[in-house]
Amino acid sequence: MTVLSNSSNVAQEPSLLVRNLLLFARSKLSIVSIFIVFGFCILALFSPWIAPHDPNETDLFLRLLPPFWIEGGDIAYPLGCDALGRDILSRIIYGSRVSIFVGLSVILIATSIGILTGLSAGYFGGRIDSVISRIVDILLAFPYLIFAIALMAMMGPGLQNILIALVYKEWVIPCRVVRGEVLSARKAEYVEAAKASGASNRYIMLREILPNILSPVVVVSTVRMAHVIILEASLSFLGLGIQPPTASWGSMVADGRVFMLESWWVSTFPGLAILILVLALNIASQGLRDAFDPKFHD
Amino acid sequence: MSFGKLFGRLIQLFPVLLGVGIIVFFMTELTPGDPVEIMLGDSHVTEEQEIALRHDMGLDLPVHERFVKFLTNTATGNFGLSYFHRRPVADVIAERLPATIELSLVALIFALITSIPLGVLAAIKKNTLLDRVATVGSLFGVSMPGFWFGILLLLLFAVKLQWLPVSGRISYDIEVPIVTGFLLIDTLLDGNWTGFKDAFKHIFLPAVTLGLPMAAILTRVTRTSMLEVINQDYITFAEAKGLRKRSIIFKHALKNALIPTITVAAIETGSLLGGNMIVETVFGWPGLGRLVVESIFIRNYPLVQAAVLFYAVTYVLLNFVADILYTKMNPRVEL
Repeated sequence: MTVLSNSSNVAQEPSLLVRNLLLFARSKLSIVSIFIVFGFCILALFSPWIAPHDPNETDLFLRLLPPFWIEGGDIAYPLGCDALGRDILSRIIYGSRVSIFVGLSVILIATSIGILTGLSAGYFGGRIDSVISRIVDILLAFPYLIFAIALMAMMGPGLQNILIALVYKEWVIPCRVVRGEVLSARKAEYVEAAKASGASNRYIMLREILPNILSPVVVVSTVRMAHVIILEASLSFLGLGIQPPTASWGSMVADGRVFMLESWWVSTFPGLAILILVLALNIASQGLRDAFDPKFHD
Repeated sequence: MSFGKLFGRLIQLFPVLLGVGIIVFFMTELTPGDPVEIMLGDSHVTEEQEIALRHDMGLDLPVHERFVKFLTNTATGNFGLSYFHRRPVADVIAERLPATIELSLVALIFALITSIPLGVLAAIKKNTLLDRVATVGSLFGVSMPGFWFGILLLLLFAVKLQWLPVSGRISYDIEVPIVTGFLLIDTLLDGNWTGFKDAFKHIFLPAVTLGLPMAAILTRVTRTSMLEVINQDYITFAEAKGLRKRSIIFKHALKNALIPTITVAAIETGSLLGGNMIVETVFGWPGLGRLVVESIFIRNYPLVQAAVLFYAVTYVLLNFVADILYTKMNPRVEL
């Protein structure tokens, strides 16, 4: 949301971004998806107040308790319990912290790096551009998950290492987008005008060009956040990410694999949470893209 | 495209590959723990033996010499010894590779044969129920966490319905003489129809899981490009000539609409490589992906290093092929 206030500072009238966001708000499906995403954010922020139980409290009498609508279930544990008798709903609520935190931080850090490098590469060109583009090419040569897995293997598991492993490659994507946009914006009249009036490079890059190229960056960030959330869940599923007993959706799915035969709910619900959040992000990004693309405007 | 230009593009790959080598080398340099200690584990050896081993592995050299050695070794396909298997890493990888390639190819075929008809139909019947189903389906396809989808498929088809096996490549009681390493082909070469069916049943669920995101992306690409082509002048002209709609679509439109699909398919084949670590783990598929995951937990770093290098090089080459394909099919695009 800082994005929004920044750009409206620059332009007096509602900026392109604000107008686009209003257009976006017209699509019902997009609004629903945004609400779902915010809903998960609230779950993540207020987990201790929302979750009915302590996510790490074990009770072997509740071992593999089924969801409440199945015989033997208990409404106090609506989605049932896992193999250690921990409440699955509470663990899903706490697990949203990991997904939302990793998703948001990786995207924020990576997008900031991407904007800085992309702006410099596109604006200055020459040697700066070729160095940055080379690094981008090299990082793009690694399939994403393998790169993250290898880094996690070398650094060891843990939240901080997940952020490093994902940001390491993620910044390349906004960088390429920004660079491409800057290359076409550099020749625009308003940039020429700012140059002629003696504005500094920094001013032109941050105050003139950046606000005008934010739309595609926002679209890409939303869709990338969906990817990052799946990547974190995949790492945790493989046992390379968040370590027990901290609840994370990926490791919860992994925990339930062994009991799949008799207790399907242990793996199914955390996976469903990933699917719903990622789906909502993907729909939101599609809505943003449609709103930002002049082709779809009335 | 002339041979010279092709060669020029090929040369451009070298700095990228060198960069890949540097990153992979330093990745393992940063690893905590001493490889010699990991390799020796609990076995009792004298200090001299340890020093000898360190020397054999070239670990007593300074960093830059080790890097040069790493590059020359890599170029000659010598990736060192797998700590765990005590055999050359290259051999261990080569052994697991056919299973992974077979799985990726079947996943690719699955993605192509589902996405192309679906994308074309969705475009022809735009804004109908079928189009909606295709759109929603592809959204689900890209949003589905692969490891979870695989588990659900296992739960339904292998555990509840018991139509398909839970894991592995082929049942233990079926013997197949290995020729190509691809069990689907080897069973056919052997004339073993039961074996082929068995291998197919084993590969079906993993391939569907692996191919799903790709199918979703390709459906979208095919739909978009088909819509674009249908609105072109030459299609309107063919319609005006009174050609039958079906013949227009199959003879004229499809050929051009598939160009982006094929290009994207070539690029996405690279991401199948990433997905197979997850899918092979879920389905107990004895391929390279699972080997890498297992190797991480036993700290068998030379193997992880070599596999990452292998994946990256394959990925670069696939993207190169995608580039070439795109240029070949689009005469307007110049390299």
